[in-house]
Amino acid sequence: MSSHTETIERFANQEYKWGFVTDIGTDSVPPGLNEDVIRVISAKKNEPEFMLEWRLKAYRHWLTMKEPEWANVHYPPIDYSAIIYYSAPKMNKDRPKSLDEVDPELLRTYEKLGIPLHERELLAGVAVDAVFDSVSVATTFKEKLASMGIIFCSFSEAVQEHPELVQKYLGTVVPFSDNFYAALNSAVFSDGSFCYVPKGVRCPMELSTYFRINAQNTGQFERTLIIADEGAYVSYLEGCTAPMRDENQLHAAVVELVAHDNATIKYSTVQNWYPGDKEGRGGIYNFVTKRGKCAGANSKISWTQVETGSAITWKYPSCLLIGDNSVGEFYSVALTNNRQQADTGTKMIHIGKNTTSTIVSKGISAGYGQNTYRGMVKILKGATGARNYSQCDSLLLGDKCGAHTFPYLEVKNTSSQVEHEASTSKIGEDQIFYCRQRGLSTEDAVSMIVHGFCKEVFRELPMEFAVEAQKLLGVSLEGSVG
Amino acid sequence: MPLLEIRNLHAKIGDREILRGIDLTVNAGEVHAIMGPNGSGKSTLAQVLSGRDLYEVTEGEVLYDGKNLLEMEPEERAREGIFMAFQYPVEIPGVSNLYFLKAALNAVRKHRGLEEMDAMDFLSFVKQRMQLMEMDQELLNRAVNAGFSGGEKKRNEIFHMAVLEPRLAVLDETDSGLDIDALRIVAGGVNALRSPERAMIVVTHYQRLLNYIVPDVVHVLSEGRIVKSGDKNLALELEESGYAAFEEEEAEALKRA
Repeated sequence: MSSHTETIERFANQEYKWGFVTDIGTDSVPPGLNEDVIRVISAKKNEPEFMLEWRLKAYRHWLTMKEPEWANVHYPPIDYSAIIYYSAPKMNKDRPKSLDEVDPELLRTYEKLGIPLHERELLAGVAVDAVFDSVSVATTFKEKLASMGIIFCSFSEAVQEHPELVQKYLGTVVPFSDNFYAALNSAVFSDGSFCYVPKGVRCPMELSTYFRINAQNTGQFERTLIIADEGAYVSYLEGCTAPMRDENQLHAAVVELVAHDNATIKYSTVQNWYPGDKEGRGGIYNFVTKRGKCAGANSKISWTQVETGSAITWKYPSCLLIGDNSVGEFYSVALTNNRQQADTGTKMIHIGKNTTSTIVSKGISAGYGQNTYRGMVKILKGATGARNYSQCDSLLLGDKCGAHTFPYLEVKNTSSQVEHEASTSKIGEDQIFYCRQRGLSTEDAVSMIVHGFCKEVFRELPMEFAVEAQKLLGVSLEGSVG
Repeated sequence: MPLLEIRNLHAKIGDREILRGIDLTVNAGEVHAIMGPNGSGKSTLAQVLSGRDLYEVTEGEVLYDGKNLLEMEPEERAREGIFMAFQYPVEIPGVSNLYFLKAALNAVRKHRGLEEMDAMDFLSFVKQRMQLMEMDQELLNRAVNAGFSGGEKKRNEIFHMAVLEPRLAVLDETDSGLDIDALRIVAGGVNALRSPERAMIVVTHYQRLLNYIVPDVVHVLSEGRIVKSGDKNLALELEESGYAAFEEEEAEALKRA
């Protein structure tokens, strides 16, 4: 009994391995937020008037809003006036034309993270839009993509090069008034990724961005916009780790996806930000608004997330199923240990006819971790023949952690089908003993059982991401045989 | 040197003493059957040998290949060649049988200083072992025991044994819940694994299994002690007279003592 508990604790208490700080001179504005700061941000980025207007509207709206309190998470109040809202890595005025021009310190940072750009380029066939702090410093594969008409660049670049697309789609899925954090993001967002896949084009590679939070006290406000035009397909990967530090860091990102007729967007995340120490000091506050709009008929948006980092995760990647026969999917693994808290889930809003959604959520709690699934399935009057299947499973390691499930169902069309399954289990001593009797160590047994629990979600991840996700959970790859 | 030597083994769970002085010597190449009524301590003995920490050993010693078995962790025992076929094999959802066995076999191989087996070699090795158990290959890709019928679970245990090739196998009521066809297949697998280097301890309530797995020695366990040992005929005798006779015999013995 005791040796079992000890090992689970050891497993749960593994130190965060990716903590380090890169020393790069930053070009920051003073802490605090007012209209002037927003003007500075917009001016630094040389934005057209419509962007500044939109930011200011968002800011004014944000001033009228209150931080949401309904989530099942607890943290000391955030002092928004102490946050630095803009910082950019210092470099030779212009942005680098190639990797040779990128700060070697920065490249070493990526190497420490195990994601050397060169290798990624060559081996994985991944186009990397590297976001370091707030400004994109390297974009690869752009030319190849451009030859197919695919636009994949930093958000700032898109504002310069394709303002008409930005203006057309920005805020159409997540309006600035959507929620407190989305409003803040809309006002101050510094950069992010932009992707447009034109009609009938299948993006030939996984698109990837590595987000990093680096400068101390800098809240990072990313904004990503992905548009798949009629019949287009794109798979986008987002992954991140962050340096170890003591102060809480706010991250309030917004991701908007738009899928037109017959288009598919697959969006995968591996999130491994600094979760804080064992007592819960430090760690990232991850308050993210992610939403996809299945605007066209037969369109599909699929979210897959593996959330292992952050002190607090507040995140509900959602789908608006507007087009008839459109499909929304949400596959999630959220792991909380030590003092981590996660309140995550999804919203599936069925608007069009014969729309279907699938939700598979796997919550793993260890240490004193608190893991909440919060999901909403809403079937509107016109959504004839809509179907939803939800499965929410929780796995507990140890007896000081918690798992909570809040499913909300709202069905206004009688022809729809909604299914919800939920389970909570503990890793059983019998299971661990069985593995040990076959020669496996307790750690390996726990990893294996956890991995088995998450399998349905890992399956949805692109291969290279699945590997990373499994590493994050301390698990070796399953399915390499047979 | 015997492969396994148990001397005056006492074990309890909570305050209840279950094993009250077991003495047993098993040599390589032998098959020992341990029989006894419910509650006699058969399964406890199997669990203590495998290292389950639900039980506390209070007295006695167990030597495995001359080493103190009781000091070894369960995984160490497994890597040293002790295998237990569980009476109630657990389910491990999402972990394929194939993957599980590869991890287990490689843990054992690593311990013995052998190279880990790669995916391709392992697959062909496993397929060859599967034929022993007349197992459907589909079971390889299914999660460990998840959704298996009772018979499939038991066969899977023997299949694990065939892959891991232990030196000492402890079969804990492997026959329980098996119909006659499944019993024949399981016994066939076990018999195929009999070898001069390998010893087996077959724990069973019924004589039936011993028609298929013919033991070299039969022990009757009652109230935590071995009350009688003999050859395979002892099992037949037991079948006729029932355990009550032994219990009475032991009660008599206790009275006399």
